[in-house]
Amino acid sequence: MKEKLHQALEERILILDGAMGTMLQRYNFTEEDFRGERFKDFHKPVKGNNDLLSLTQPKAIAEVHAKYFAAGADIVETNTFSGTTIAMADYDMEDLVYELNYESAKIAKKVADEFTQKEPHKPRFVAGAMGPTNKTASLSPDVNDPGFRAISFDELRIAYKQQAEALLDGGSDILLVETIFDTLNAKAALFAIEEVKDERGIEVPIMVSGTITDASGRTLSGQTAEAFLISISHIPILSVGFNCALGAKQLTPHLEVVAHRTPFAISAYPNAGLPNAFGEYDESPEQMAAQIKEYLDKKLINIIGGCCGTTPPHIKAIADLAKQYEPRPLTLPVA
Amino acid sequence: METEKRYLKLSGLEPLIITPESNFINVGERTNVAGSRKFLRLIKEENFEEALTIARHQVEGGAQIIDINMDDGLIDGKEAMVKFLNLVVAEPDIARVPIMIDSSKWEIIEAGLQVVQGKCVVNSISLKEGEEEFIRQAKLIKRYGAAVIIMAFDEVGQADTYERRIEIAERSYRILVDQVKFAPEDIIFDLNIFPVATGMEEHRKNATDFIEGTRWVRQNLPHCSVSGGVSNVSFSFRGNNTVREAMHSAFLYHAIEAGMNMGIVNPAMLEVYDDIPKDLLEHVEDVLLDRRDDATERLLEFAETVKGVKKEKVIDLSWREEPLQDRITRALVKGIDEFIIEDVEEARQTSERPIQVIEGQLMTGMNVVGDLFGSGKMFLPQVVKSARVMKKAVAYLEPFIAAEKDEATSSNGKILMATVKGDVHDIGKNIVSVVLACNNYEIVDLGVMVPPERIIAEAKEHQVDIIGLSGLITPSLDEMVFLAKEMQRQDFEVPLLIGGATTSKAHTAVKIDPQYQHAVIHVNDASRAVTVVGDLLQKDKKESYITGLKQDYADFREGFLNRQKTKTYVTIEEARENKYAIDWEKSEIVKPNALGIQKIEDFNLELLKDYIDWTPFFRSWDLHGRFPNILEDEVVGQQATDLFLDAGNMLQKIIDEKLLKANAIFGLFEAQTVEDDDILVRHDSKEYTFRTLRQQSKKATGRPNLALADFVAPKESGKQDYMGCFCVSAGFGTEELAQSYEKENDDYNSIMVKALADRLAEAFAEYLHEQVRKTHWGYASEENLTNESLIKEEYKGIRPAPGYPACPDHLEKLTIWKLLQVEEEIGVKLTENLAMWPAASVSGYYFGSPESRYFGLGKIKEDQITDFAKRKGISDAEATKWLRTNIAD
Repeated sequence: MKEKLHQALEERILILDGAMGTMLQRYNFTEEDFRGERFKDFHKPVKGNNDLLSLTQPKAIAEVHAKYFAAGADIVETNTFSGTTIAMADYDMEDLVYELNYESAKIAKKVADEFTQKEPHKPRFVAGAMGPTNKTASLSPDVNDPGFRAISFDELRIAYKQQAEALLDGGSDILLVETIFDTLNAKAALFAIEEVKDERGIEVPIMVSGTITDASGRTLSGQTAEAFLISISHIPILSVGFNCALGAKQLTPHLEVVAHRTPFAISAYPNAGLPNAFGEYDESPEQMAAQIKEYLDKKLINIIGGCCGTTPPHIKAIADLAKQYEPRPLTLPVA
Repeated sequence: METEKRYLKLSGLEPLIITPESNFINVGERTNVAGSRKFLRLIKEENFEEALTIARHQVEGGAQIIDINMDDGLIDGKEAMVKFLNLVVAEPDIARVPIMIDSSKWEIIEAGLQVVQGKCVVNSISLKEGEEEFIRQAKLIKRYGAAVIIMAFDEVGQADTYERRIEIAERSYRILVDQVKFAPEDIIFDLNIFPVATGMEEHRKNATDFIEGTRWVRQNLPHCSVSGGVSNVSFSFRGNNTVREAMHSAFLYHAIEAGMNMGIVNPAMLEVYDDIPKDLLEHVEDVLLDRRDDATERLLEFAETVKGVKKEKVIDLSWREEPLQDRITRALVKGIDEFIIEDVEEARQTSERPIQVIEGQLMTGMNVVGDLFGSGKMFLPQVVKSARVMKKAVAYLEPFIAAEKDEATSSNGKILMATVKGDVHDIGKNIVSVVLACNNYEIVDLGVMVPPERIIAEAKEHQVDIIGLSGLITPSLDEMVFLAKEMQRQDFEVPLLIGGATTSKAHTAVKIDPQYQHAVIHVNDASRAVTVVGDLLQKDKKESYITGLKQDYADFREGFLNRQKTKTYVTIEEARENKYAIDWEKSEIVKPNALGIQKIEDFNLELLKDYIDWTPFFRSWDLHGRFPNILEDEVVGQQATDLFLDAGNMLQKIIDEKLLKANAIFGLFEAQTVEDDDILVRHDSKEYTFRTLRQQSKKATGRPNLALADFVAPKESGKQDYMGCFCVSAGFGTEELAQSYEKENDDYNSIMVKALADRLAEAFAEYLHEQVRKTHWGYASEENLTNESLIKEEYKGIRPAPGYPACPDHLEKLTIWKLLQVEEEIGVKLTENLAMWPAASVSGYYFGSPESRYFGLGKIKEDQITDFAKRKGISDAEATKWLRTNIAD
């Protein structure tokens, strides 16, 4: 699988899926739907815990994956954005973390295998998604106490390690450390993954995706795109890039910064534009594809997909466009 | 993938990429407790807010990386590192640059790596502890995503030649790159910059070996960097900044050309290479590049002329033209006594009464001194010099005042100062007295070894406002508790000040404060003493101050007692089961070349000069920082340098005029351990027994409960082992010499003499230990250590001293005295609390086993006290008295 992935990456631009949350909203699941049979007596409301749907509505999750593969995606992300003990603490569901990740990976892998069987020339891959958690290791949540930290490196490392192990056990081909607001959280995730690799004696392709939160071009924890790149380049990763927070257009200058300074593949999965006054993402597939064309013209990209507000038609539009372009060459750039 | 362009890339919030085109990368080191006294003080006071401003200034001043170091015995380094880094990270204008996490302790480095998002530099690791540990640490550093400084240090020692530098660098590099798969561009070598022109033949190539080593490393070990601390190279020219600045520039010029691309340089101590006068440059480069046999002598000679030129410029007497008050103030602030009599006479003639000169002009000047001192702009040695000027002025005025039959001048208050019964140490007490006297307090100094009944009586007689107690040895702590009780019993109300090396806020709050209803306060440095005394005596506010103080100590006590982790202890039997078991079949025992006792009288002090550990000397003057770095310190560097020059002059005078006398006695004996904890020593067909104490806190698996007896072969092993003991003193004549200065109102030199005598005694102990290791015992005849290594205790075998951590029990001194006939032979006496007299003395044991090491006894339990009392043939109460501070609550 690893060889196939590297081979595919040399040959073409790989397509990542679009938003899971946006698609799930369309099902209009109720509290009862979220609970399913198994959690009907759970002591806390669980609506909004999208990761839980992998256990209670696995069919819907498999359907979304299938729609993205059908739209042209090479890689889908597991439904595990909040699958750590840290993020699950909000729902008192820390105990479910292994199962959530394991089942999510299994669902995605099953769909991927079906598509690979149908189209052997285009193998499909599963990226185990490891989100940022809801705590930051290098920022204080209390403005009056800048030295305070709500979470430590070790707590993050332990939580991420558990998630990584479950994602791999469930069949993930890739681990994707994503939506990185705070680089230190990501370093803890990478540290955990290295431990797993070491203990299991395996190699795992790793994708790293940061998030530039505002127009100043920095992460939430204050790093520039280049400083972020340097801070995560100590591990031999498959790709580095950005997702979320910005639309495709706003992301361009930051992608240029990293694309010119790293030997790793470059990934991007922006939102469908910036949110409108109602907090909705309303960029159409065509509009988004038109902006992504700039990435392709400038040869900035190896892996492309969508984040918040993107749907299978967005991915299809991007995939159709990307087909016509060569991927960014994978050699060490001059810098 | 191409391999050609691999640059060291670091990051804070912003990137730092070091390419061949980059200029030399300057690392800021003011946020280093060893490099900056101010930073150390702020961290100790937990004033992190202000500590951050130091970091900010460095970044604003152009530091491209900031080095952060919290290695100090009195700081919880790990906690301080994490706390400070968390705060740094929250300051975008500091956190924009990468951080160098600097510690000799791995746990501190790791804790630091866990709180910084950017790519840091670890400073440093080395092969010192062997390959296994080196690899383990390197792997973790890689996983944390940091670059690393590798010290040229291995199992054998620090690299001090060209060959050793490249040998260690290459070996480290190969392990890192080939085994650990460490990115070569993330490796930075510190190839050890050592001083040149030291006069030692083997130091002649120190600069060239570094430069050539650098060249070799950069040419043969692809992609790595070379760093170093530049100011080391010029240590021989302390006090001559012209030469030092030229030397730094010339050294950097050649080192950078050879490939050194980053390092710690004080920009203020750098001359522009092209601006160095041709003749100076030639002399400096002759030394640096080892171009002539007589290069050092020539530079030394030349340096004098350069220094002279500068000095002439410095002596500027234009201030003598200023108004009288300005002259007097200046004389006091600068500590210049040359013109003070003249100025005071002028003031007297213009005053109605002579007393007005003291109350007017002199106090105005001293207030300026007090303000500057209080705000940290003057340092203790300067203040003591100011006091010397003040005393001279007052001494001159006194006859005039007496002739007027004037009332005594009104002081701010009267303070009794005493070193408690059985204790002889008074440097700290004298400094506090001088500083308080400067601030117009009248001091009743009772001296040393003052019994409590005398303190009480004198306090009543003089109607003092405050009592200050000082002590250095542990039994003194009990004396202070006793005195507090006594003051309570006799209905005293005056505040009690506590100070001295073994005292602490914790001991004061927990043991002394509860004994006395009125104010008890721990003051350990002279600068605080002034404000504390001021607050205690201020008429309108003192009530609330004292109430607050009592509350503070009560809170502190409660917090302390609550914090006391309930440590688990084992019984003495269990502790003995878990002794440090040396395999005596395999362990090498060397029979001393010279068994028996030897005496050295009137030792040549000149030979001790190189053995002096100067760091504690500066500490005794409240100047904190490691020598020699302290001479470069941003804040106290100038003061430290001046003090060091004065100390050098006094030391030379002492040596030349034989003002102090040093004697020593030591012996090496057949010895065996009996019944686990006792060491039986045979001399002259008599037997002596040293009782040792054993650690009793519960240890992690594999960690022994140590006692000194573990380092000597037990009788049942059938092996004949050996140990030694010694007493050295450099204190004969100190008291007389100090008094002669005091008579001239020169407290500065009086304190100086005592501080130097202490240093000489320690140096003598160090020297003698070396002689014992190399010759008299002879188990380390091949040893060749620098003074720095000696201070760091890198030698084989130990010389623990009774009263110190490994053997806190002072009682064993009595056995040493009996065995060596110390008092009869060399004249060092023991007081009733077993302090040595003269104070500048050191006594202790010698253990030669390569496995012996220094340790701290920690707390012990009653069962051991009882057992110890029984072995020693004394009552439990007696044993408890001597070991009180070591008994677990």
